[in-house]
Amino acid sequence: MNPTMSSTGPDSKQAQRKAAMTVLAHSAAADIAGRLAAIAIPKHENLREPENGLVMMRGRVGGDGAPFNLGEATVSRAAVRLASGEVGFGYTLGRDAQKAQMIALCDAMVQSAELCGEVEAKVIAPLRAAVNAERSRKAAETAATRVDFYTMVRGEG
Amino acid sequence: MYVAVKGGERAIENAHRLLAHERRGDRDVPEVTLAQISEQLALGVDRVMTEGSLYDRELAALAIKQARGDMIEAIFLVRAFRATLPRFGATEPVNTGEMLVRRRISSTFKDVPGGQILGPTFDYTHRLLDPQLAEGFVPEQPATAEASQAGTPRVTDILGRDGLIETSPQADGDAPVGDLTREPLSFPADRDLRLQNLARGDEGFLLALGYSTQRGYGRNHPFAGEIRFGEVEVEFFAEDVGFAVPLGSVELTECQMVNQFKGSTTEAPCFTRGYGLAFGQSERKTMSMALVDRALRARELGEEAGAPAQDEEFVMSHSDNVQSTGFVEHLKLPHYVDFQSELGLLRKLRQEFTEANQAVELQEAAE
Repeated sequence: MNPTMSSTGPDSKQAQRKAAMTVLAHSAAADIAGRLAAIAIPKHENLREPENGLVMMRGRVGGDGAPFNLGEATVSRAAVRLASGEVGFGYTLGRDAQKAQMIALCDAMVQSAELCGEVEAKVIAPLRAAVNAERSRKAAETAATRVDFYTMVRGEG
Repeated sequence: MYVAVKGGERAIENAHRLLAHERRGDRDVPEVTLAQISEQLALGVDRVMTEGSLYDRELAALAIKQARGDMIEAIFLVRAFRATLPRFGATEPVNTGEMLVRRRISSTFKDVPGGQILGPTFDYTHRLLDPQLAEGFVPEQPATAEASQAGTPRVTDILGRDGLIETSPQADGDAPVGDLTREPLSFPADRDLRLQNLARGDEGFLLALGYSTQRGYGRNHPFAGEIRFGEVEVEFFAEDVGFAVPLGSVELTECQMVNQFKGSTTEAPCFTRGYGLAFGQSERKTMSMALVDRALRARELGEEAGAPAQDEEFVMSHSDNVQSTGFVEHLKLPHYVDFQSELGLLRKLRQEFTEANQAVELQEAAE
């Protein structure tokens, strides 16, 4: 690890926010709501009312070349400010504006020294475990369809 | 020319009411749900998202339901919906090399690093109708195996290491990425615009064009270097946040076509490429797209270009099924005024014809 980057530095905080946003974006809104119900929600106000919109999704020529516009996707976004001042942002694919609102709230809490530990332990960590379990399940199913040419011995099969 | 007509409001209203009734079908049969369409007609949903140019499974399922399964009508509905929402911006380009692969095959290397992964595929099925599926069929749980931790590099990257294949063209400085939803098409069009056009183009049209190149109309000797399908992360640089925020993941299919060589006195010969990318599991679409992308590069590669698939203006102007259906189907709308003037002209011509013939007959009789 870069010695100049302390665990509380801005880069690591940004990495932590991004990691939490990734887990939240991959989770179903109902699952996030279920986890949030288990913690005390701090006082907050909407900085940006939850809204729907579009993003133009880009690919690259040949997968690794110049960008091109592939097509759009629906997105939702929201921004909240905690009474203690932290501003959180929520962005997610799809039209569930309430999900964006919950992501924004979590992002604000992740930035709060006081609330960060609890939201990480009671919301993000269990959701991450569920997302990872789902990924592992899919990866195992996929792996079973791998064609293994190496096990063929001449004369067999 | 189509001219506005008045009247018929009651008949139109009743026709739409009848349409709604027919769409529902026999009311003793349970109504199909959006979740059923999305889960069980998933490839239809993928096609509507791809050609509707909007990634949203639920909306595509709704469009299919509303359109009574008419895919082009559903695509039309999705395109129209896009206009109702503001665009926040463009995502960071997705990295298909980091795809969580669900399927990944190469017809060029059997022992490709990362392995050949069949995933959920119609390939190697016998295409026999399965009566079991008619009702109540409960499939087995999928088999599982230990997943490899090794990556799945793109086949083109592997070929690229030895210089055997051309590199992908890189972005030209800060040149903006072409967007045909914002500016009208003009020709010649750059590769970015061509790929955008092909990505939303009609699968049937591109399939026929791709097939035509294989049959000799612009032959380019393709191999399916790699086809991969799976989940790719999407990130969006949000100005208010100050960094690229994760939006979640989308399912994409990518096809890397590897085609015959180019070379010159100064450049060693190497394979050329055609590229296909689409939403969802859209293999036929991305393969066709890659064939046509490669065909459209004929001039750039100094090939003789006379076949339809190599004609950029022809391909790009006719690939969009919403545009095509709009112009073809507008023929159904009242053209009474136009037709009346044609009718008037035809009557006049016929009268002139008759008069001329009578004059000839009189003259012949007189002689």
